[in-house]
Amino acid sequence: MTAIDPTAHLTAEQIEELGRELDAIRDEVIADRGEKDAAYIRKVISAQRKLELVSRGVLLFSIFPPAWLIGTAGLSVAKIMDNMEIGHNILHGQWDWMRDPKIHSTTWEWDHVSPADQWKHSHNELHHTYTNVIGKDNDLGYGIMRVDEDQRWHPFHLGQPLWNFINACFFEYGIAAYDLELGKNLHKRRRKNPEFRARARAVGRKIRKQVLKDYVIHPLLSGPSFLTTLAATFTANLVRNIWTHSVIMCGHFPEGVQVFERRSIKGETRGQWYLRQMMGSANISGSKAMHFMTGNLSHQIEHHLFPDLPSNRYAEVAVKVRALFEKYELEYVTGPLPKQVFSAWHKVFRLSLPNKKPKVNTPDREQELVAA
Amino acid sequence: MTSAALRSRAWKLLEMVTTPLLPSDYLDLVSPLRAGADLRGRIEAVHPETGSAATIVIRPGRGWRGHTAGQYVRIGVDVDGVRLWRAYSVTSPTNRQDGRVTITVKAIPDGKVSNHLVRRAKPGTLIQLDQATGDFVLPQAKPAKVLYLTAGSGITPVMGMLRDIEFDDVVMVHCAPQPQDVIFRNELHDLVADKKLRLTEVHTDTDGMLDIARLDELVPDWAERETWACGPAGLLDAAEEHWTEHGVRERLHTERFRPSIVVAGDGGEVTFSTTGKTVDADGATPLLDVGEEAGVLMPSGCRMGICFGCVTPLKAGAVRDLRTGEITEAEPGVLIQTCVSAAAGPCDIER
Ligand code: FES
Repeated sequence: MTAIDPTAHLTAEQIEELGRELDAIRDEVIADRGEKDAAYIRKVISAQRKLELVSRGVLLFSIFPPAWLIGTAGLSVAKIMDNMEIGHNILHGQWDWMRDPKIHSTTWEWDHVSPADQWKHSHNELHHTYTNVIGKDNDLGYGIMRVDEDQRWHPFHLGQPLWNFINACFFEYGIAAYDLELGKNLHKRRRKNPEFRARARAVGRKIRKQVLKDYVIHPLLSGPSFLTTLAATFTANLVRNIWTHSVIMCGHFPEGVQVFERRSIKGETRGQWYLRQMMGSANISGSKAMHFMTGNLSHQIEHHLFPDLPSNRYAEVAVKVRALFEKYELEYVTGPLPKQVFSAWHKVFRLSLPNKKPKVNTPDREQELVAA
Repeated sequence: MTSAALRSRAWKLLEMVTTPLLPSDYLDLVSPLRAGADLRGRIEAVHPETGSAATIVIRPGRGWRGHTAGQYVRIGVDVDGVRLWRAYSVTSPTNRQDGRVTITVKAIPDGKVSNHLVRRAKPGTLIQLDQATGDFVLPQAKPAKVLYLTAGSGITPVMGMLRDIEFDDVVMVHCAPQPQDVIFRNELHDLVADKKLRLTEVHTDTDGMLDIARLDELVPDWAERETWACGPAGLLDAAEEHWTEHGVRERLHTERFRPSIVVAGDGGEVTFSTTGKTVDADGATPLLDVGEEAGVLMPSGCRMGICFGCVTPLKAGAVRDLRTGEITEAEPGVLIQTCVSAAAGPCDIER
């Protein structure tokens, strides 16, 4: 909600035309989707499984430092692949068209404490529909941070760099709590809600299984390497959590990304929805390996425009999308990872302190921000 | 503890090691055809039969329970990355030494799977398999006289029978457009030369369609024969009528290849089979809205095609994607996004 609307120069017709051009890009990929794409995801899944197997195998001997290093590095990468290029994208339905029941949004489960179906609801449905709408999209600050100048400051926000850091380290638990809407549901009355309790139990079960696997069974299997395997798994989870948290911060937090008011999306057209995704997301530039390790979320803008297109297609789509940004004179927010991470953290720090009263302010908006 | 109980304990433990995946997800990487895996097969060879038909040699997984001559098998093949299921008659004998099974496929115009199998399938490819099924089979007791009445690819289940068991007195009447279209022609003629089969070929391009009344002249004792007939619906309808007329209907066994002709139109009657509701829908209203209006509890989310929170099995019929116009036909395991799909003819939604 910057004072100047960066889309103000576009007419309503232009916005709809932009929407049609984006639809055409999508149709092109869909018409061309086929064997090569299917082979790609199968190859990635098989590589991930092999890497995880080998890494866990090496960790059986993690009492020897080189084995610890290799195993931990391998397991970290395997976990990142599982969550990013594989899990996130399959759960988006990107590969449902293959009609392979084993690689399908309705059956996939991931190496994460948040059960797939809960995550699909909060992420696919809420975050992707209401991208960057304050009060609707809880990915904005995860309910614990102030992410825009216009939000009312509270002393609690002084600690937000610390909250954010802790959230980064235990990100999968943060996501699980967030998918459960824990903050809201821990109120006395809601806690008893059977639907919430069922979901909480499901999370509990998932956590138990994950913890048992990572911190009990695999260390036990390692025998004399018990402690070193434990440490390795903990490290791999930490690396994975910090990495995914960083990538995700880069998607919507860097300077230049817009946030929106709740009333701005009333009666939104397809073109306007597309425009909001364009202005509400940011990319990370870099090498092929970089895109792969982020699960192609480095193409966050393209992903938000077309969340169900296979991730391996975002790179080619990005060229066309970027041309549209130029044509319509919009800012395509992108940059290398360190720059974007810095930019996002900078914002977290800056907004932990109170700022001058927002310039534009209506009673209606004030209320919303409080609600947020 | 029994060994079964012990094994299930061990499996449970293994599941804890591999969670959230299953041990089989890892085993499939190295041994997709092992016992206990989902049933699959590997294509080992593709032999052309005619210009448009080929025999596919499949090595089935360890879980394969074998077949009875005349039965068919459903296979799932990935065509352009999409898994499609079709049924084909097994053409190999039941006692084949190497344990392989064969199906013989005729490429039909616009047939995605048949054309893929005949022209593009590569040895080494994994396919999905179901167990063989179907009751178009020979009886336990050998009948004295047999008639096989076939047309086109209707010869495939019968070939499975011919290769499996020898009868003393077998007659076959087979229809095909031209001699070169007769699948297994050499093998049939070899059987004839060995006096194991009497064969009449009807070449419909020159002779015209087989008039069932001509049977009296082609096979005078047809009414005394146990008959297996397989071919297009027209032929089978005529045969059933003919056999009934002569009071020998119980001697006729027919197999119909269900033609999966879906006429994609605009809108149609939508059945929500779980709730048992049926309503008329136009070709523009999302099935999600159609269902909700009819009082069916439909899962939903974004209502704009992005969250996949509304996917539901399509049991029958066809739907149109409202964004791309793409038609999706019902097949086992096909799920559709109800918020961006409309009826393209009568369809059945599992809700
Ligand atoms: S409701 Fe979100 S895809 Fe259909």
